[in-house]
Amino acid sequence: MTTRLDTEGRLLAGNHDPAPLGAAEGLIDAVERAGLRGRGGAGFPTGRKLRAVAAGRGPATVVVNACEGEPVSAKDHALLTRAPHLVLDGAVLAALAVRAHRIVVCVHEGDPLGPALTAVLATRHDPVPVRVRAVPRRYVASEESALVNLINTGDARPTSRPPRPDQRGVGGRATLVSNAETLAQVALIARHGADWFRTAGTAESPGTTLVTIGGAVRDPGVREVALGTPLGQVLEHAGAAADAQAVLVGGIAGAWLPLPAAAAVPLAHRELHEAGAPLGVGALYVLPARACGLAETARIAGFLAGESAAQCGPCMFGLPALADDLTRVVGGDGTVVARLRHRLGVVEGRGACRHPDGAVRVTRSALDVFADDLARHAAGRPCVHIGQARVPLRRRYP
Amino acid sequence: MIGLWYASRAAGLLALLLLTATVVLGVLTRGRASSDAWPRFTVAALHRNLSLLTLVFVLVHAATAVIDGYAGIAWLDVVLPFVSVYQPFWLGLGAAAFDLLVALLVTSLLRTRISPKVWRAVHWAAYACWPVAVVHGLGIGETEVASWWGIGLVVACVVTVLGAVAWRFGRERMWAPR
Amino acid sequence: MTHELHVNRIACRAHGLCAELLPEGIDLDEWGYPIVAAGPVPDELLADARAAVAACPALALRLAGTG
Repeated sequence: MTTRLDTEGRLLAGNHDPAPLGAAEGLIDAVERAGLRGRGGAGFPTGRKLRAVAAGRGPATVVVNACEGEPVSAKDHALLTRAPHLVLDGAVLAALAVRAHRIVVCVHEGDPLGPALTAVLATRHDPVPVRVRAVPRRYVASEESALVNLINTGDARPTSRPPRPDQRGVGGRATLVSNAETLAQVALIARHGADWFRTAGTAESPGTTLVTIGGAVRDPGVREVALGTPLGQVLEHAGAAADAQAVLVGGIAGAWLPLPAAAAVPLAHRELHEAGAPLGVGALYVLPARACGLAETARIAGFLAGESAAQCGPCMFGLPALADDLTRVVGGDGTVVARLRHRLGVVEGRGACRHPDGAVRVTRSALDVFADDLARHAAGRPCVHIGQARVPLRRRYP
Repeated sequence: MIGLWYASRAAGLLALLLLTATVVLGVLTRGRASSDAWPRFTVAALHRNLSLLTLVFVLVHAATAVIDGYAGIAWLDVVLPFVSVYQPFWLGLGAAAFDLLVALLVTSLLRTRISPKVWRAVHWAAYACWPVAVVHGLGIGETEVASWWGIGLVVACVVTVLGAVAWRFGRERMWAPR
Repeated sequence: MTHELHVNRIACRAHGLCAELLPEGIDLDEWGYPIVAAGPVPDELLADARAAVAACPALALRLAGTG
């Protein structure tokens, strides 16, 4: 198991032979043996998902999630710009393997990626019809069940589960909702085989993954790394500031990890989960020494509160309450800390989707990682950090 | 047999009072009214029980009118509006209200078996059922309406329902009251 | 056969009847939404749990049996 750092690796090489369509047969076996895990945030074993959808009755649908709703992530855009055919090949292969009768590629409204992909599709002759679908520009709109809901009813809000999309999704039939990068990996497995796939990464997290590194780094951007590479090594390769105090892992609803303490944590699903900061979409935002992590998190919490689909009470009311409490703490009011901690426990797990859980996670991790700052703010003493990091919360399209 | 005719009028008036109470309790349930002595499940249960009692009195009201025979009302006239010999329009309104009441009760009894959207859509018909019943009563109950207590009762019913609806829409701004 | 209570979080409208009928198993948060105790419903509370399920005006509570 090599754990090396590639900047031009398997996915971003941009020059891929199309996978033989015959590879669709036996694809599910290959993906299962390869141990590929979804790259859209949940890290669910892709082979298992493919099998579940293939077992469904009637024609299935494949939904390619190319929205990249996470503002600090740029990997799917990079992949779809450099290697769109790889993603589409993967989608077609998956569609053939699960007997899907159509493929829907989801992209946010106003994203130039939409017209670009439409143009790419016009040059292809796929055995399964592929269409690009515009998705409203809301944070939760690109959630798995929200995309299915959008295609079914036009309403891009998450739905209650059960049933999950792989059981009952678009048109009441089994639906495969997969991240763009995941499907690209599927195409590579079809071309080169499961054994080849496993030559990078770890046993539980095989293969390479795309990470987006931003914040206090010299060379921000998207890189392809082998899973299992220590976090510190990944950040160093991007030229992270030596005095950086923390890194936000997984996206704005992920979790903070302290630096340099967490440098040894391998970039892999189980290890990061055990460290309290799940891999998510592989976005890493480095917080410079001069910024206040609590203030940044308060901004994030406010944003996440505003992005609630407003369907479930604990999220609709709880997230604004959390953001409000955290903002008060940052402003010097220490009396609400206990209430904030209590509310975190009350809100967690009580929404129909994972949106409130993300807000709880990032807030809780901030209280832990920035404990010294918390004590100072709560006591009403001035913050020792003078600058701002301004974690990006909205993506701007050119 | 003339006694049955008066029994029918009396049952009709009682049914209207019970229907009014049912509607008001339904509005209170929706608006989450409660007190220490009247928790929400009590308000909801009372709404359900009174709706069934309303049906009982409506059936008595209709049956006694038919059996009495004085006005030649047929059983069919109870469910099919506007075909009766006796005051087809005012009686027909009563039949319409009865049909709506049956629809409300049947869908509510089958609530766990039908789609929530269907149940909710039919339940909105309650806001049609009650006024139709009131107008039926005003139109067909000449002697009662002519008296001060008859008018007074109807006015009290209308005021109560309008008051409940106004209260409920005042609460709409409060999303999740304690 | 064990039974567990599940809340359909989207259908739930914080009417709160469930907490009135099953206070041993359901609490309300500060915004009026149910916090259901984890784990299976004890046998002696099963009847109350069923009453709570039937009473919910939004039909948001469900009793699921397993085993």
